Amino acid sequence: MPDNLTAGEARDDNTPAADIAIVGAGPAGLTAGLYAVRAGRSVILIEQLSPGGQAATTWHVDNYPGLPHVSGADLTMKIESQVREFNLQVLSGQVLGMVPGAPHQLDMATGNIKARAIIFATGAKPRPLNIPGEEEFRGKGVSYCATCDGAFFRGLPVAVIGGGNTALEEAEFLTRFASKVYLVHRREQFRADKVVQERVLPNPKLENITPFIPRRIVGQEQSIQSLELERPDKTGKRELSVKGVFVFTGLNPQTDMVKNVLNLDEEGYITTGDDLSASIPGIFAAGDCRANQVKQIVVAAGEGARAAVMADRYLQTMADDSSC
Amino acid sequence: MIEATDQNFETEVLKSNIPVLVDFWAAWCGPCRMIEPVVEEFARDFEGRIKAVKLDVDANQSAAGRFAIRSIPSLLFFKEGRLANQIVGACTKSQLVSMAEEILAG
Repeated sequence: MPDNLTAGEARDDNTPAADIAIVGAGPAGLTAGLYAVRAGRSVILIEQLSPGGQAATTWHVDNYPGLPHVSGADLTMKIESQVREFNLQVLSGQVLGMVPGAPHQLDMATGNIKARAIIFATGAKPRPLNIPGEEEFRGKGVSYCATCDGAFFRGLPVAVIGGGNTALEEAEFLTRFASKVYLVHRREQFRADKVVQERVLPNPKLENITPFIPRRIVGQEQSIQSLELERPDKTGKRELSVKGVFVFTGLNPQTDMVKNVLNLDEEGYITTGDDLSASIPGIFAAGDCRANQVKQIVVAAGEGARAAVMADRYLQTMADDSSC
Repeated sequence: MIEATDQNFETEVLKSNIPVLVDFWAAWCGPCRMIEPVVEEFARDFEGRIKAVKLDVDANQSAAGRFAIRSIPSLLFFKEGRLANQIVGACTKSQLVSMAEEILAG
């Protein structure tokens, strides 16, 4: 396959570089690429890191059909190598903005890319707590990735913030290293699936601290000393002596590059119709960057496929219209 | 890319004639794998001006401990034997480049 070209090679005239440009190479973008090339479209897939997305950082994926007990990194590498069997261009770089038109244009630091249709599959990033000490101790005890950083906390107490599947599963992973894992959640009940709760919560290294809200991370220059908590109704406070604070309280979509161009919901997710089309014709969204409620790898992959099929149909309609 | 270790950290990094970028990584770390091509491209672009090395935190715990690495990937820039700047977590090439240009200019 023609490998990574650079944005500098992109044409500056109005000739589209591809039928479909896909922004982001996580499960949604990769699957969109697979379906778009198989539909016979020319495709450029743009990724700022290497392919995989957030899924690649997941230790353990147990709910992707057909591939039980696979690691996130292995799963995304399998998808990527399947996509790379086909002829699509992979461009390494960051998309900074979009100019709608015929064709649409993606602005990048090194030039621009024009395409008749665009699929945004830019994903999401962990949402910070936005409390004092968080930024200061980022990389010094505050973490958003248990598989990356868990091993640095061997024999040390840590806190996990959050009550969803990710929080519980990552807390379980952290019990391999940490001496103690406090599970801090703002509600009495966890939101995680029942099967996950039943598996994780009996772990003797885990202690539930609910309902409590993190207020401040306290430490000295190079390390965290404690996490200050408060009850949601402000009737009580607690201080946990921990060396690590792992944050899994939700996601922020990576949609800054289109925030002034496409309709987004109040949290910044791209809103679409049932056909995954965004507020401008020829623009589609798939996966975690879309307002879709369910942030799962299999959903992202499914939406990538749907977005590619819808983009292909859109291009077909355009061709039919211009020929009559 | 050169592998920095506990043993050669002094000579390869701290006593280097030119600034050094150290990529603290480990095999188990997904985002570390994701930024590998970014760091390799950076190393090629800045060849002769900044030396880029990688350090496996599993095998070299003393270097990782010395700079209190608690999160990877961590990308640390060294200039004249001192820590000049750092980025924690996955980053884009443009972030690395702008930090590098600042260090070369300063």
